[in-house]
Parts: sequence; C-alpha cells; structure tokens
Amino acid sequence: MQPRRSRRLTTEVAGLKLQNPTMLASGILGTTSDMLRRTAQSGAGAVVTKSVGLEPREGYPNPTVIEVECGLLNAVGLPNPGIHSFAEEIRSLEGLEVPLIVSVYGFSPEEYAEVAAVAVQAGADAVELNLSCPHVKGAGSDVGRNPKLISEVVKRVKDAVDKPVFAKLTPNASDIVELGEAAVEAGADALTAINTVRAMTIDVETARPILANKIGGLSGRAIKPIAVRCVYELYRVLDVPIIGCGGISSWRDAVEFILAGASAVQIGTAVASKGLDVFRLVAEGIESYLERKGYGSVKEIVGLSHRG
Amino acid sequence: MRIVEVKAVKDENPNVRTLFFADDLCSSAKAGQFVMVWIPGVDEIPLTLSSIGSQSMDGFSSVTVAEVGEATRALKSMETGELIGVRGPFGNHFETISRSGRALVVGGGIGMASLMPLIDRLTMEGVETTVLLGVKSRRDLLFTERLSELSSRGGINLLVTTEDGTYGAKGLVTELAENVISSERFEIIYSCGPEAMMHKIFKIAEEHRIPAQLSLERIIRCAIGICGSCVLGPYRVCKDGPIFTSDQLRTVRDFGKFKRGFDGRKTPI
Ligand SMILES: Cc1cc2nc3c(=O)[nH]c(=O)nc-3n(C[C@H](O)[C@H](O)[C@H](O)COP(=O)(O)OP(=O)(O)OC[C@H]3O[C@@H](n4cnc5c(N)ncnc54)[C@H](O)[C@@H]3O)c2cc1C
Ligand SMILES: Cc1cc2nc3c(=O)[nH]c(=O)nc-3n(C[C@H](O)[C@H](O)[C@H](O)COP(=O)(O)O)c2cc1C
Ligand code: FES
Repeated sequence: MQPRRSRRLTTEVAGLKLQNPTMLASGILGTTSDMLRRTAQSGAGAVVTKSVGLEPREGYPNPTVIEVECGLLNAVGLPNPGIHSFAEEIRSLEGLEVPLIVSVYGFSPEEYAEVAAVAVQAGADAVELNLSCPHVKGAGSDVGRNPKLISEVVKRVKDAVDKPVFAKLTPNASDIVELGEAAVEAGADALTAINTVRAMTIDVETARPILANKIGGLSGRAIKPIAVRCVYELYRVLDVPIIGCGGISSWRDAVEFILAGASAVQIGTAVASKGLDVFRLVAEGIESYLERKGYGSVKEIVGLSHRG
Repeated sequence: MRIVEVKAVKDENPNVRTLFFADDLCSSAKAGQFVMVWIPGVDEIPLTLSSIGSQSMDGFSSVTVAEVGEATRALKSMETGELIGVRGPFGNHFETISRSGRALVVGGGIGMASLMPLIDRLTMEGVETTVLLGVKSRRDLLFTERLSELSSRGGINLLVTTEDGTYGAKGLVTELAENVISSERFEIIYSCGPEAMMHKIFKIAEEHRIPAQLSLERIIRCAIGICGSCVLGPYRVCKDGPIFTSDQLRTVRDFGKFKRGFDGRKTPI
C-alpha cells in the first residue's frame, strides 16, 4: 500500500525528488526488478539495488546471515549477476514511481566507473558507490578506508556519468569525516552513512566461528548510535546531503538521524522484523511528528540538533 | 542459532536419512515450514521439518535429507550424538481444509518430507486424504513405515508409482494424478517435489479448477526475507513461501521455467 502523499514529507537529495525520506538500503531485497517494484509500491521514497560489479559473483557459502544480540551479522560476499546481466533488471524498471539508485562496487577505480556507466545508461537515476562492504577483499571498504582511493574512484565515476553520485562510507576507519571529505572534494553529490560494522560471532558448543567467512558486518539496532554519531560528525563539516543508515526501524529512529543531519534515511535489517510495511510506517510516523511539532516540512528539521 | 544434538537417525533408503532432535521452537512449528540446518565447518542449508515434535510420540522433530552434494552428504553421514545448528522454523505453512472436504497429496521423491507433517495433520483432523507418492525405483521409497501405518489404519488412501515399475504402478506420479483427479472430486491438491512435476500438477489442477498449494525451492541464505536470494516474481520463497497457492502462481512467469543461481542469474529449471 502506497502511503498517502504529503507535502510535509516530500524532499530532495542531490536533485532526486523523494515523496518521503525513506529509502531501501543496498543489499536488502534489491536483487530483481520485481522485488524493487514491490518495495517501491510498499511506500519507500526511493530504492537502492544490491551492489553490482562488473563480473558475476556467487558470494560466500552459508552461513552468510545470522541473528546476534541486538542485531544481524552478515558476510554474504556481494553475490550479483554482474552489471551486464543486471542492466536488464534496470531497464525493466522504466517508469518506476520512485527514484532508482544502483549500488556499484569494483576492484579498481576503472571498474567502478565502467559499472556506473552501464547502470546509468540502462536507466539508473543515481549511483551509490559501495566504498564500505566490510568483508570482500579488494573491494568495498578495502577501497573505502583509503581517502586517496576514494577520491580516485569518485572522480572516475563522476567523469563517466551525468547522474548524481552518492558515496557510501564505512564506519570501520578511525575517522569517517576524513573519508567523507575525500569523497566530497572529488565531487560526490551526497554521502550515505553507514555500512555495517566489522564483527563476528563464535559458537561455544562447537568452538567455531559461525559465518563461513568468519568475519562479517553488523547491522540493525546495535549499530544505530554509531551511525547517528557518524551522520552528526559528517554534517558538522560537510555541505552535501547525507543519507543516514544503520539500525532504523521506527519513525523515532528516522527522526533521530534527520536531527543529526540526514536529509533522508535508508532502512535495511528492519525489513526482517517489520516487513516491507516499514517504509510506510516510518514515513507516516515522521509526518505525525512534524505535525505535532508544528513543522511544515521535513527539510526544516535536518540537522536541527546542531543548533546552539 | 540453537545447537542441538542428533538424538536418533533413521535411514529411509540408501540415499535418504532422517535426523531426529529435540527443539522447542521446532516442536510448535506448522506443517510445511523449514529450518536452516548448520553443519559446523561445512555449510548451512534449508530443510523442511519432516516431523514436528508436538505431533510425534517421542516429542522429537526431524529433518530428512537426500544426498545431492557436499552439505547433504555431510549431514546424511551424521550419527546420534553429533551436533547441528538450527535456525527457524521459517516461512508459511500448508493451510488445511475442513473435514467435509477431500484432499489429494502428491509427493515426488524427497519432496515427501514436507508433506509428512501435513498428512499427519489432515488425518488428525479427519480429512479424507489420498496420497500419491512417485519415486524412480523401489529402492527410493521413503517414509515407508509411517505411510503404511497411516494407510493400514485407514487414515489415508496410499498409491505409489515407480518409473521402472519395480513397485506399485509403473509410470510418473503426474500421470496417476491426472487419472485420479479425472475420476474423483477433490477440494484441494497439495504437492511437493521437483518443480517440473509440480508445474504439471499445477496445470492439471487448473484444468479441473481445483485450488492447489505447492511447496517451492529457491536459493536460501538469510531465511528472514532480506537478502533477496530466494525471489520468485514478487515473492520471497523464505518469507512469503515456501508454500504458494495457485492464485499466486498463476501470474508468476518464472514458475516451472527459471530459477536463479547463487550469483542471481537466471537458469532454466
Ligand atoms: C525451503 C526448502 C526446503 C528444502 N527441504 C529439503 C528437505 O526436506 N530435504 C532435502 O533433502 N532437501 C531439501 N531442500 C533442498 C536442499 O536444501 C538442497 O538439496 C541442499 O541445499 C543441497 O546442498 P549440497 O551442498 O548438498 O548440494 P550442492 O552441490 O551445494 O547443491 C546442489 C543443489 O542444491 C540446491 N541448493 C544448494 N544450496 C542451497 C541453498 N542454500 N538453498 C537452496 N537450495 C540450495 C541448488 O539447487 C543446487 O544446485 C530444500 C530446499 C528448500 C529451498
Ligand atoms: C544481508 C545484508 C546485505 C547487505 N548488502 C549490501 C550491499 O550489497 N551493498 C551495500 O552497500 N550495503 C549492503 N548492506 C549494508 C546495508 O545497506 C546497510 O548499510 C546496513 O545494513 C546498516 O543498515 P540497517 O541496520 O538498516 O540494516 C547489507 C546489509 C545486510 C544486512
Ligand atoms: S533467503 Fe534471504 S530473502 Fe529469502
């Protein structure tokens, strides 16, 4: 069910018009056009695809996803059909009622640029650079912990496409602001913060790490305060829009991110517990909050917690 | 993830073993639901509960595994006392009908595993039930004792086909299903087995305007509806399924035709 349209909720991120500030996070159900369409119809203001690379990848063996205290641990290993096959899914989403953002990864700046170019040609409204997947060697946060590499990747991609470019940052570095600065100086139009936090779990009965990859990324409730802090720090020094992500499952969580400085929010893990209705529920909750507090637009509260 | 001990094993046939374990959540599962079974150091795979603790005499739940590759080989060689990890139960379940109706259950090979708790339930509720089991050959028969006990008590009407004619009627279970459906009236058809078989059953059911519930398989990773590995049209097999109704399947173009591999690319069924 589509949420009713509300002027209070409409917003803009790097030129993309959103009917409400919620987005589907990358890697959550964004593997096929059918699933992305269903998510859009469920009320997400925009959808981000699973991260796609140049070549097909099978990902890691199971266990790849496991629930832990207060969160979810995953090392899926970026399975994807490769951009040339995925371009068909993008093309069949023509006419989607919300912006389509294609998440892109690569093993070199050239690869990022090539994948992004194919994605945009197929119809992506924007690309999000996965500079932050914590468990694939040579891609994701191996690139994204290094400001020089971030800068190179962003520059290459900006040269290759004429659509907005988001840089998705990792919290697994000593200073996320340094990473954000590198991306923005290289031309990133927006920042997404954060990807998962490096983590692991060991079963005591069998004395073995549970994930096949042993180490993975933590998402969900447990990482929300880390993510809020990252958004807050980025907003303090940078001028581009920030998309907050990490542990959001209710309107209250979303409003917290917006007050910290997020122009929009992404929701991932909470889809498991709340279902696809989570986007509509969060959007409606934000609207009630704005109404109760007397704001005419969600834009008025972006970064509000930074005042005096 | 809960770590449970294998309490007993039972070889159904040379290629299929049932592993019994005690687990509270599985005990209250519903017919058709599946669990993720972790074989430490090897893999984690989806398996349907072939018995549900609350419905079995000893209170054990079970999974029944057919050897097809590395993980199923490792699991099939597990003995009493070994440890496995269990997540779940996950997914939806078969919906039973009122006792005045008549049900047809069609199982192909290992697909019978997900139908066993359903058959228990139907007979408990007094629904008149016909069970068709199709296997390749006599040595592939499975759940023989459970089925013949139900059958001798008059709980079910059991008909078996083998492709080589070494047991029961010779031929495909879909051929038998077609005959049975043409000569008797059923309110509902339940089926689990190879997808090509279920697609045929679906078509027969559609021709006779009988609603069907089919248990489908796709690659399962998270089992909680977020990773997108198991998508079939607009549905997630792990969350919206694994049981789908004919109403749902009518509009799913890939049903019976395409599945997706570990990299998400489509391959023919
Ligand atoms: C909901 C569901 C319930 C199932 N119930 C049963 C059951 O009760 N008994 C039984 O014997 N089998 C069942 N299966 C099939 C079983 O999961 C596969 O046979 C098993 O995963 C194969 O693993 P492997 O390593 O032995 O084989 P591999 O050589 O790794 O794979 C052989 C084939 O098995 C399938 N497969 C492998 N991994 C997975 C996975 N993670 N998810 C889904 N399919 C996979 C693929 O089609 C693959 O081509 C079920 C599958 C699903 C989706
Ligand atoms: C199963 C799973 C797969 C993910 N895959 C990707 C991915 O392919 N690309 C990416 O940028 N982020 C990926 N993420 C990270 C999420 O997009 C998000 O940044 C993170 O989970 C924090 O948000 P959440 O707590 O709302 O889930 C994945 C997360 C999960 C749980
Ligand atoms: S297995 Fe992950 S969505 Fe179904």
